[in-house]
Amino acid sequence: MTPANPFEQRYRRRQRARRREALLWSGVLVLALLASARMSEVSPSALLAGLPRACQYFANLVPDLRWRQLADGPQTEGSVAYWFYRIDIWLWLLLQTSQMAALATLLGAALAMLLCFPASANLAPNRATYLVFRRLLELFRSVPDLVYALILVWAFGVGPLAGILAIALHTVGALGKLFAEAVENAEMGAWDGVRAAGGTWAQAVRYAILPQVAPNFLSYVLLRFEINVRGATVIGFVGAGGIGQELYTVISFSYYQEISAIVVLIIVTVSLIDVLSERLRSLAMGMVLR
Amino acid sequence: MKLAGQMTASDIAAAKAALPAAFGTSPWRRLQRWLFGALALAWFVTLLVWFDITPARLAHGMSGVWVILRLMVPPSPGAQWLDILHGLGESVAMAFLGTFAAAVLALPLGLLGARNVVANVLAHLSLRRLYDGLRGMDQLIWALAFVRAVGLGPLAGVLAIAAAEVAVLAKLYAEAIENADPRQPEAVLAAGGTKLLAIRFGLLPQVLPVMIAQVLYAFESNTRSAAVLGVVGAGGIGLQIAERIKVRYWNEVAFIILLILATVAIIDVLSSRIRRRLIQAP
Repeated sequence: MTPANPFEQRYRRRQRARRREALLWSGVLVLALLASARMSEVSPSALLAGLPRACQYFANLVPDLRWRQLADGPQTEGSVAYWFYRIDIWLWLLLQTSQMAALATLLGAALAMLLCFPASANLAPNRATYLVFRRLLELFRSVPDLVYALILVWAFGVGPLAGILAIALHTVGALGKLFAEAVENAEMGAWDGVRAAGGTWAQAVRYAILPQVAPNFLSYVLLRFEINVRGATVIGFVGAGGIGQELYTVISFSYYQEISAIVVLIIVTVSLIDVLSERLRSLAMGMVLR
Repeated sequence: MKLAGQMTASDIAAAKAALPAAFGTSPWRRLQRWLFGALALAWFVTLLVWFDITPARLAHGMSGVWVILRLMVPPSPGAQWLDILHGLGESVAMAFLGTFAAAVLALPLGLLGARNVVANVLAHLSLRRLYDGLRGMDQLIWALAFVRAVGLGPLAGVLAIAAAEVAVLAKLYAEAIENADPRQPEAVLAAGGTKLLAIRFGLLPQVLPVMIAQVLYAFESNTRSAAVLGVVGAGGIGLQIAERIKVRYWNEVAFIILLILATVAIIDVLSSRIRRRLIQAP
């Protein structure tokens, strides 16, 4: 049966084409899923065996808290203080972790500030410089900080220094790209003015571009700091300092209560830093509007 | 208006009184700046001492880095290049499966976290806080935990990626749903549809392209992070890197890093193509 209405006919043809396309894409998706399940040895039986064990594991993490003893001292089982019995050491390690992230962000931002101006299309003296610096930033950015940490632990020894440098190296690339994009969006009138008045390239960068992009830069640096705090909590897994080393130990020995205590502390610290840096960011953005 | 040569000292004093900011920063501001600078310097020096960062250590480490860099050239796949390729495939597969599982699981969570679907303010706020909090836990922590829970291997990696990504995607979904046009679900409701039908025909068609774009972004970032999950034993190419770093086969390390960079670049290009198609499609 064919409807006489040409509109109806066209509608049906489109409907059929869309259905065909949807079928094709779902076929591709299913094939890709099957292929990757095979590749990563995920099967229904493996999941059936693994998921209950995972649930059991996470159930073990739930702290043993008892209502009657909740507010008692660290000697009584079931109290919050008992759960967090090493809180002084953990807080100190968290402070160390956040300071590692701060120093690494500062270091990375300083280097990125040097590299971003030649890496922006509107300021680079020629196209070759622009391309070279852009590729350089890409190279810094695309290696994960943990890989840097693995290598730097060999060169600098176990400890925070390797972690700081590893995070800083990744930060250079990540921030450099964002900085360069901010610079490319800057108003060029001030630049032309400084250049026309006889200013050098460096002076024009300092007096024409930097004041425009500084609030943007600051906001990117703070965002990166939040990301780096998260990164710094795990960089200790490979021996590069911070709370990660302690976390690695307690997970390896399956000290369930300690694991949940440290994870709770990490989540609280990270959220606090997020809130703080968001405040600072809106403050930095307010400076532009004023 | 007087010319500069005709200005007297009293004129200048009057101008200074009227517009103090034009004659340089006030002593109070300058003191503040100095104090801030001194504080920052003190913080910096404290950290240098605390982390034992000395020129000697830096120089020593730099020479080590230089040696490693020299040994990295030329990159070589080594004898076990099949293992490397297999690890790479495993990493990509882990990222794909983990992201897919997270994308599916996050759908109901995203709907629950959206203000225009679940109107209860308390539920909304507490759920969104929960998603934010879970985001604070790095993927590698999940990976380490899952390795202890289900054993070494890629399954732990898939579960870690899924667990870490669910919270992120749920938050992004919820934001996308909140930004959707409310008139279409309202129209479905007005035509007599149930709440479920309103979500299916009024909300989802609007936000699905945005969601798929977010999922593709997540897939890109997860291929990057899946490359390091192997370091803690969760399968993939990270294990190959960690092993070769342990035995100091630096040229093979360099090869693997370059291979990861190439793979990530290819996946970025593919996924941005699909994203562009999605946004253009009606």
